[in-house]
Amino acid sequence: MSKEKGGLIKRLDGLYEFDREPVSKNKLQGASNFIAMFSGEHIAGTEFVLGPLFVVHGVTAPDLFIGLIIGNILAVLSWALYCAPIAVRTRLTVYWQIRKICGPYLTFIYGILYALILCLLAGAMVTVSATAVGLPFNMPMPKLTDTMPTSVTWVVVVFVVGTVVSLLAILGFEKLAKFAKVSAPWMFLVFVASAFAVLPKLGVTSLSDFWSVANEKIWTGNVVAGQSKFTIWHVIFFSWLCNLHQHIGMSDMTLFRYAKKWTYGFASAFGMFLGHYVAWVSSGILCAAALAINPNNSIAPGPIALLGAGVVGAVTVVVAGWTTANPTLYRAGLAFQVATPDWKRWKVTLVAGTATTIIAMFPAVVNRLTEVVALYGLIFMPVGAFIFIDFWVFPKIGLKSNYAELMNKMFSIPSALAWGGSLAVCLYLYFKYSLEIYFLALPGWFITVIFYITFSALEQKYGLFGVKSTNLNKTVEA
Amino acid sequence: MRTLLMVLSYIGLALTILPSFFVFKQVISWDLHAQLMLAGMFLWFLTAPFWMQKKKDDTAS
Repeated sequence: MSKEKGGLIKRLDGLYEFDREPVSKNKLQGASNFIAMFSGEHIAGTEFVLGPLFVVHGVTAPDLFIGLIIGNILAVLSWALYCAPIAVRTRLTVYWQIRKICGPYLTFIYGILYALILCLLAGAMVTVSATAVGLPFNMPMPKLTDTMPTSVTWVVVVFVVGTVVSLLAILGFEKLAKFAKVSAPWMFLVFVASAFAVLPKLGVTSLSDFWSVANEKIWTGNVVAGQSKFTIWHVIFFSWLCNLHQHIGMSDMTLFRYAKKWTYGFASAFGMFLGHYVAWVSSGILCAAALAINPNNSIAPGPIALLGAGVVGAVTVVVAGWTTANPTLYRAGLAFQVATPDWKRWKVTLVAGTATTIIAMFPAVVNRLTEVVALYGLIFMPVGAFIFIDFWVFPKIGLKSNYAELMNKMFSIPSALAWGGSLAVCLYLYFKYSLEIYFLALPGWFITVIFYITFSALEQKYGLFGVKSTNLNKTVEA
Repeated sequence: MRTLLMVLSYIGLALTILPSFFVFKQVISWDLHAQLMLAGMFLWFLTAPFWMQKKKDDTAS
């Protein structure tokens, strides 16, 4: 057992060797870097999927425009007021912060879960790219209700795209990251240009026509058969919480530890309002134009981008999917490496790439992307709650912060019980009341906090799961 | 040289976005817009990586 413990710690330490110390002052970065990072990261291939989903789920135009403003402001505030302030005070990666609070075993579980979820997201991006690559081959596009692979051509195209993405992630991650930075401003303009170019097909020839056409032909409130009805609440909660893992889940601590000031959290507004507002509205317009021309038209990313910008649209879908799948796959490989200590980085990335390619063959990942993204946030939300409570609340209520590190614990039972307990309650609410997953994150956060404070108090004050904090000084002296 | 590359890049971006406004105003055809966007794409990717990378290196040094 002790050998296993030592092995796990060695693996984690080896993997994050250069990230364990707080970032030094000379490595801090200016606001412009954060603006560029957020703008690039949130104008991605999946924007071609999420915009149309609001159209097919019957969102009305006022609900969309107002809901996206409110949701995106809440997302920006979550980065600026919740995540960034802790990041600039600790200057540690989220992994090290979790390890201090939850111990190495839960950090290990976090890493593996994170890797699996990243494979799902990378899979969605490969699927998006495949819808454009398949265009010259007259590949039948998956329909909104499809969950399984739809044709041999689809499987072959996804396999080829997945293999290329995986190999490029192995061979030249750095160069591709640079290519992604170059692509970002161009991609954003393609989104906007595509939408403008199809507006005449919907009957809009002047800006004064837009609002009436938006209500009558784009966000009509009519649900496409087989889809559920979305209201303004769905729009607000989804746009706020689709990046829950990064802000409320605190994974962007790893990013903001380089910020000179916590106010750089507001740089997220560039990603939210360019990507999750303008790009979603633009891809929604493309989707409505495709359906207006022929209700049987495919609204897969490739065909709708082709409709707006021709060959450039198809290239954009490939580039957008590819440039976002690449870092996602790289991060998944990094996270998997905790479990495979003797494997080289290329081998782990190849395994992650293979998993991603297989996942991408199932259109369910893209057709149910809102649920996938929401589930991903819900799973990691409790970890962000632990960090927030541990940092701000524990010192005020007489509990010790970073208790696992302080007591040299491998496994924090209060964290495990609060994590598992809150997820169990959320799942119960999901099945009992058939709520959308992204409505569960908010009550889930409060449930996590109650569980975490209660179990931590039981541990630290009454020694229920181990050593009391009052015995801490004796332990240290001994 | 860098200035020239930057000018060409910005022309590339202009060719990406401006034709769509002309399609919207029904001044040019959708086909011409698609061709101009294609030209803009080539112009951007053939020039931007050089000065964008250079700018980053200069900042780093």
